[in-house]
Amino acid sequence: MTGGELGAGLAFAALALLSIVVAAQAHTPEYAFHAYLFAAGSVAAVFAIVNRYYARPAEPIPLEIGGKPNYNMGPVKFATVAAMIWGIAGFSVGLLAALQLAFPVLNLDIAWLTFGRIRPLHTSAVIFAFGGNVLIATSFYVVQRTSRARMVGDIAPWFVVLGYNFFIVIAGTGYLLGITQSKEYAEPEWYADLWLTVVWVVYLLVYLGTIMRRTEPHIYVANWFYLAFILTIAVLHLGNNAAIPVSLFSPKSYIVWAGVQDAMVQWWYGHNAVGFFLTAGFLGIMYYFIPKRAERPVYSYRLSIIHFWALIFLYIWAGPHHLHYTALPDWTQTLGMTFSIMLWMPSWGGMINGLMTLSGAWDKLRTDPVLRMMVVSVAFYGMSTFEGPLMSVKAVNSLSHYTDWTIGHVHSGALGWVGYISFGAIYCLVPWLWNRERLYSLKLVNWHFWISTIGIVLYISAMWVSGILQGLMWRAYTNLGFLEYSFIETVEAMHPFYVIRALGGALFVAGALIMAWNLWKTVNESAPASRPALQPAE
Amino acid sequence: MTDRTQPEFDSYTGTQTTGHEWDGIRELNTPLPRWWLWIFYATIVWSIGYWIVYPSWPLVASYTTGTFGWHSREAIVSDLAALKAQRGPLMDKLGAASAAEIASDPQLLDFARALGRPAFGDNCAPCHGPGGGGAKGYPNLNDDEWLWGGKLDDIEATIRHGIRSADPKTRLGSMPAFGRDNIMKRPEIEAAADHVLSMAGLPVGANANLTLGKQVFAAQCASCHGDDGKGKREVGAPNVTDSIWLYGADRAAIVDGIWNGRGAVMPAWAGRLDDTTIKALTVYVHTLGGGER
Repeated sequence: MTGGELGAGLAFAALALLSIVVAAQAHTPEYAFHAYLFAAGSVAAVFAIVNRYYARPAEPIPLEIGGKPNYNMGPVKFATVAAMIWGIAGFSVGLLAALQLAFPVLNLDIAWLTFGRIRPLHTSAVIFAFGGNVLIATSFYVVQRTSRARMVGDIAPWFVVLGYNFFIVIAGTGYLLGITQSKEYAEPEWYADLWLTVVWVVYLLVYLGTIMRRTEPHIYVANWFYLAFILTIAVLHLGNNAAIPVSLFSPKSYIVWAGVQDAMVQWWYGHNAVGFFLTAGFLGIMYYFIPKRAERPVYSYRLSIIHFWALIFLYIWAGPHHLHYTALPDWTQTLGMTFSIMLWMPSWGGMINGLMTLSGAWDKLRTDPVLRMMVVSVAFYGMSTFEGPLMSVKAVNSLSHYTDWTIGHVHSGALGWVGYISFGAIYCLVPWLWNRERLYSLKLVNWHFWISTIGIVLYISAMWVSGILQGLMWRAYTNLGFLEYSFIETVEAMHPFYVIRALGGALFVAGALIMAWNLWKTVNESAPASRPALQPAE
Repeated sequence: MTDRTQPEFDSYTGTQTTGHEWDGIRELNTPLPRWWLWIFYATIVWSIGYWIVYPSWPLVASYTTGTFGWHSREAIVSDLAALKAQRGPLMDKLGAASAAEIASDPQLLDFARALGRPAFGDNCAPCHGPGGGGAKGYPNLNDDEWLWGGKLDDIEATIRHGIRSADPKTRLGSMPAFGRDNIMKRPEIEAAADHVLSMAGLPVGANANLTLGKQVFAAQCASCHGDDGKGKREVGAPNVTDSIWLYGADRAAIVDGIWNGRGAVMPAWAGRLDDTTIKALTVYVHTLGGGER
């Protein structure tokens, strides 16, 4: 048995014992349920390690076969499938939330399905479960291919993928059971946070180790972005979740930050989760999959360096724009706003590099809906990274803040940019990973593209109109100097737009279902590639 | 190795590449787009200018306050002053007047209603409905049936002190749970309910024991609802002979009310809303349709 197998096996055995003790003493049945899940997961991990020990050949897995890297694609495949499943779940919960906003009776009077619980379920499922698995899958794929080296670690890559998805299960069931620390996009409680910390550190080590093992002289730009994403998320996660648990046997904890400092730390985290998880990480995807699919060189190496460092340096300051006109000091608000403005061009650097990489291959947009999806994704990226700085300007923010405009802005980034670049990458990855000649049907990709695009347009235009209408109604005064509308009247005015939004969401879900069907058929029915796809480029 | 010593040019654009290659991906060495660079510089210059005129950088114990001398607290003070100026002298007049004085001055009444309408929407509508139309258990404020009185003073006292609230001057009076607390037996309760139905002119079942019902009503209910069932406002007891029913006009709802009692609550708004807003709400509710002189 290797040291890794022994160490991991013992660690999981210890965790299983600890979890059983915690389950027995737990203050609440919900927490006991989570402790039992930890125990079951740990026992399963011990069995898996032992089974694998008896099943595997005695000698270690070769790093190269016939002079070519022996890539480790098992964890990539797992994360790709998980991304698709979580994606459909997360989009569907979003649709339910949208329908509840239009028709509140749809919470069916069931506590588990109330808006307060399914809203974080939706945001976490799409950002961390769908987006996170896409990032892990693509980063593990890209770092191996562009380093021409097998991923570092034997059990570690599997630990990252399975451990991360276990975190998702704990987080998601926690929301439905009512366990939350009430920090937006960081709702899971202390024990889930600790688990994620361990998983994430292993992720960082596997990633760094693979880059250090590379046989290429330089580190490819996609890896800079992935590395910035992994490293910064680790720092943000630790800073924002600094909490003191009530007891080992209680799910409840108290955040060490208080008052406006807590708000500032929360939005330093929240904004940079957007910046480093949803922007930097997905720019890593763009930098590999667009040139690869278009078969064109990246437009500008110089631009990639400048916009990378400018983005990394400026993004981290912009969080205070989420707290305009609050108790946050004026000077902090100013810095948040001005750094958001300066962030505009560094963000657009990525858009320019993504779009201009197509020069010489624009004709492919007509014939390749996968490439078209990724290019439209970059266009949405450009639009929402213009809209973001615009909304950070205090005068604009005084109208837009707390309205549906914010929701529309988030979704043009989430559905358009993150969703489409992820779909494009998965459409590329599945035939490569499962060694298929091509996708089952490009026609279905085309359907997916158009149905989802109409869905996104309905969604974001409904939210623009409703958000601006809402903001104007809130600030409207009569000529006598009294509020023109009460809050409930603004809610009534939103109703038609909420219905349109739900329709847009339904189309987006429909598109994702078409995609899942297409991928299923690709894996199960398409002809194998004549030449294995997973050979390094010559 | 994929590094090349000879410069390599892309055939389509004619641009030199960096000579690196990863998994088949190359990079062009295109210079930064000028427009991109100049806009980037412009945003930096603009930000520096903004820092000079507005509060921006933290110092050891304070921060740079900016040459405009702008401060968000002063901004809100001046915004509120501007709003006060827009509302004009009528606001002071409203503050000094009683609800009765407001109601008798058409100009002041319009002004108070303009304040009362959004205040009603934001504070009262969640229970009484946006138009004051009420809902099951929440009285309709548009009609002329009043549990605690429909004169200006009555309405103001209800808003100010609430109903069965924690306020010491709150309106009190409760309907006992005759069945749950074993004060009456089920046949008596059902008979009383039938008697109420008959007083309200609603259809009564063939097996109803109206004689017993009348006796029970006189013994147990009349002290609050009156011998004639017309109710008593001092204790908030509703008229049970008309066609306005807060919890439903069917026999089951009436039996349920007698069995379990009723005791809906309304918060006291004094302390939550200022006096002027309470007076504006009073005249607003009074003018909804059922205000009494």
